Amino acid sequence: MKKVISGNQAVSYAVLSAKPQVIAAYPITPQSAIVEMLATFCATGDLHAKFINVESEHSAMAACIAASVTGARTFTATSSQGLALMHELLHYASGLRLPIVMANVNRALASPFNLKADLSDSLSQRDTGWLQFYCESGQEVFDTIIQAFRISEELLLPVMVNLEGFILSHTYEAVEIPEQKEIERFLPSPPPRECLDVEHPSMFGSTTDLYINFRYKMHQAMEKAETVCQDVDDQFQRTLGRGYGLVQSYECDDADIILLAAGTIASSCRVVADRFAKKGVKVGVLRIRLFRPLPKGPICHALKNTPKIAVIDRDFSPGCGGILAQEVKAIFHNENRKVPIYEFIAGLGGRDVTDEDIERIIEQTLEAKEPGEITWTGLLK
Amino acid sequence: MKKGYGTKSLEELPLTAISFMTTEGNETGEWRSQRPVLDSEKCNRCGLCWMYCPDQAIRTRENSYWISYEYCKGCGICATECPKGAILLVVEER
Repeated sequence: MKKVISGNQAVSYAVLSAKPQVIAAYPITPQSAIVEMLATFCATGDLHAKFINVESEHSAMAACIAASVTGARTFTATSSQGLALMHELLHYASGLRLPIVMANVNRALASPFNLKADLSDSLSQRDTGWLQFYCESGQEVFDTIIQAFRISEELLLPVMVNLEGFILSHTYEAVEIPEQKEIERFLPSPPPRECLDVEHPSMFGSTTDLYINFRYKMHQAMEKAETVCQDVDDQFQRTLGRGYGLVQSYECDDADIILLAAGTIASSCRVVADRFAKKGVKVGVLRIRLFRPLPKGPICHALKNTPKIAVIDRDFSPGCGGILAQEVKAIFHNENRKVPIYEFIAGLGGRDVTDEDIERIIEQTLEAKEPGEITWTGLLK
Repeated sequence: MKKGYGTKSLEELPLTAISFMTTEGNETGEWRSQRPVLDSEKCNRCGLCWMYCPDQAIRTRENSYWISYEYCKGCGICATECPKGAILLVVEER
């Protein structure tokens, strides 16, 4: 059935369909609508899940970890400061190899205070052992949440699904919600795994000098993750008719320049690319959908012939620059072919990244002989 | 099972560290650099040391107290709290 819903509602409907047994979450703008709706589903009995009210995001993740250790399918949602407050426990969740799914509504980190879209909140959690997806539409949000449960239960690693605050979370779009039967065909009940058993008490994550071995096992799972995510996406395509890939490449073959971005900026990039195509300039767009683990193969493949790459980051690592740019540069470090990578910071704190901004980014990249310093777009004069 | 998985190979290791022992098996006495010594002559059996010990290392036996050096970390709280000065901290020599 098609419904006109917001990105936040797409998350809630997807979670309703996935039938988690435990939800623990704390409201925070712009994510609150997700939690409100899920709490309502639990209160009305539409969703037979234990909804745990908590006093903070730190406690929300602690409750999710405890629930997941018992074998329950578990979900939470947060944003920005809430995600930052969870930081310590994000490591626990992945280290305990728990298939927790979380929606994070991307919002700028204080200070100064700002409620709008910025990917720095989740990108600064990239080393916590969570898989990270970045979505572009309400439909993709719905579908990725469903996929995330499958992926996390197969890899036994937690998965974070990101959507930009307001731009996606509060925008209403037509979203196809599949029949419950179809969803359950794709996403059956969670497979059995090693869980807490009250008959045989045990301690999970106990002190051990074998630490490095457990970390290596996480590394192995992350190495496998790219294949698992692609397989799950392929199966989703076969069962439910929609697939996204790990990266989305638009007109990248023979492009004079490729724009690389995550999230909704990629949509504007495609519109501008079409305009340039009419003028005879080939602009490709590569959208990163899976950021952790970063799909090196598909990225290198899409960028293999381009003479220039412009990375547009709606995120910022002080002292370094754009986080996507940094990651893409790292991929090419060991490649034989060196591609000049032009770095742009744009749209921090929800500032609109307009078509004109993107046009200027393309023109500047085409004109420049070599990448100079990072360009900040949209600053005051 | 003490501190993990003995001689198991990487492949046999579970995905995460799971221990089936209670913390009773986790002896912390080796952490000690100072050793509390109880003078039972001075001790008035008030039980404050037993109450304050964060590691339950003060034990009782027939209306008297003794210190379990398997678990005592040597924090010295017992010596500070003892109103009779019956607990003396000495340098641990191993």
